[in-house]
Amino acid sequence: MAEAARARPVPTPETQHFWEGTRAGELRLQRCDACEHVYFPPRPFCPSCASRKVSVFPATGKATLYSYVINHRPPAPGFTPPYAIAVVELEEGPRMMTNIIDCPQTPEALDLDMRLEVAFQKLDEEITLPLFRPAKG
Amino acid sequence: MRRNQVAVVGAAETTKLGVIPDMSQIQLHADAALNAIADAGLKLSDIDGIATAVETPQQIAHYLGIKPTWADGTSVGGCSFMLHVRHAAAAIEAGLCKTVLITHAESGKSMIGKQPRYTPPSSLNGQFEAPFGVYGPPSMFPIPVLRYMKTHGITHEQIAMVAVVQREWAAKNPRATMKDPITVADVLNSRMIAYPFRLLQCCLVTDGGGALILTSADRAKDFPQKPVYILGTGESVETPMVSQMETFNSSRAFRTAGPLAFKEAGITHKDVDHLMIYDAFAHLPLFGLGDLGFMPHEETGKFIADGNTRPGGKLPLNTNGGGLSYMHSGMYGMYALQESVRQMRGIAPAQVPGAKISVCHGVGGMFAASGTIIFTNER
Repeated sequence: MAEAARARPVPTPETQHFWEGTRAGELRLQRCDACEHVYFPPRPFCPSCASRKVSVFPATGKATLYSYVINHRPPAPGFTPPYAIAVVELEEGPRMMTNIIDCPQTPEALDLDMRLEVAFQKLDEEITLPLFRPAKG
Repeated sequence: MRRNQVAVVGAAETTKLGVIPDMSQIQLHADAALNAIADAGLKLSDIDGIATAVETPQQIAHYLGIKPTWADGTSVGGCSFMLHVRHAAAAIEAGLCKTVLITHAESGKSMIGKQPRYTPPSSLNGQFEAPFGVYGPPSMFPIPVLRYMKTHGITHEQIAMVAVVQREWAAKNPRATMKDPITVADVLNSRMIAYPFRLLQCCLVTDGGGALILTSADRAKDFPQKPVYILGTGESVETPMVSQMETFNSSRAFRTAGPLAFKEAGITHKDVDHLMIYDAFAHLPLFGLGDLGFMPHEETGKFIADGNTRPGGKLPLNTNGGGLSYMHSGMYGMYALQESVRQMRGIAPAQVPGAKISVCHGVGGMFAASGTIIFTNER
């Protein structure tokens, strides 16, 4: 019930490939064909060199924990506190905001630089969110 | 911009600060504006430039009955007013207008006549931050803190000392919201808001406003108040998404705005008598001390914990008590500017004796924007 109220992203033409990707179980990033810069969030040009020749590719889904807070109050709709709001650094370079699942939401368990892997959580028929969990092995 | 060509000749806050349930947000603007106009000894018809944020310049001009020939609606968060000062100084020097009124007000506590903040779900913030449970500044602004602490070797106790020291300043200020002394233990035992930050490391939520009046330095000597000159200015913006900052070890917007202002002012850090660093949360003074170049980031926590910024210390910082203890209606930059002006006039409740140069540094959004103004009372 609570999950229904979670803020739901509305894709735009420029971000459609990202949300199609998560629905298909892929974390899709973009790489500039001209300067090879890998970037996020999505846009149809390179924010490093302005080239419009960019390619979409699937990321490995491997990341490390860059920083986080454990939110106690006020909780966002659809969340039960305390819950961590994290920023992870993807193996390919870009960082993204996410939540860490399958892990106690405590400072002891959430160790900066710990290895993580993407885990997809279906919100509804259109939207699947990229979350992260501690890497196995 | 050339140094000391423009001066603040009027400065005032709302008559009341704190909880003001009998005034709407736009009336708080007007209350502050009328106080500043009286402070400058001017009539409404003398104002030919208007700048404000959140509310539009046309809303404030119409409500006050001002007919401007120059308007600036820059709205980049709590440091918008630093940017207004910079833009107004340039406009006055360019001859676009003569006398600029800058207003801020927010019914942050009572929420009277205040539009709710809204993140469109199709915006980048709406798609790539909101779904992960961010909900208001306390859940977002402290996200860089743990990385900053790990990189620079900063301790929880050192960041707690920011709140302790600012309460010492607030105790000297009759208009401060919170005046009772606190200890590091009080801070670290206060209610958890968003780990690693607790209640006493987060700003207050109050009602209030402030206004400034700027004119050319040549005209300033004819005004009733001691002129406070604009010595240097800087500004920048980085990203509306805290997750997309270039690094959490520093703020690019701070690193751009601060040094621009110092370069324009032609001063070194040793010349600074008084410093304001917008403290929506307790880590901001640390980022500011590092990014403005006062010291390496590794030394910022120890510098504050050792008492260098407290009353009597060598670098008086946030001398009104700051957003943590003085007041914070939502966009605190105006109140930091007001305190710098009071210090330069020599009338601050916790006056720094003989202060001649004041640096006032603001943040907008969650490190999204930044503005730095350097004031002096000598021309």
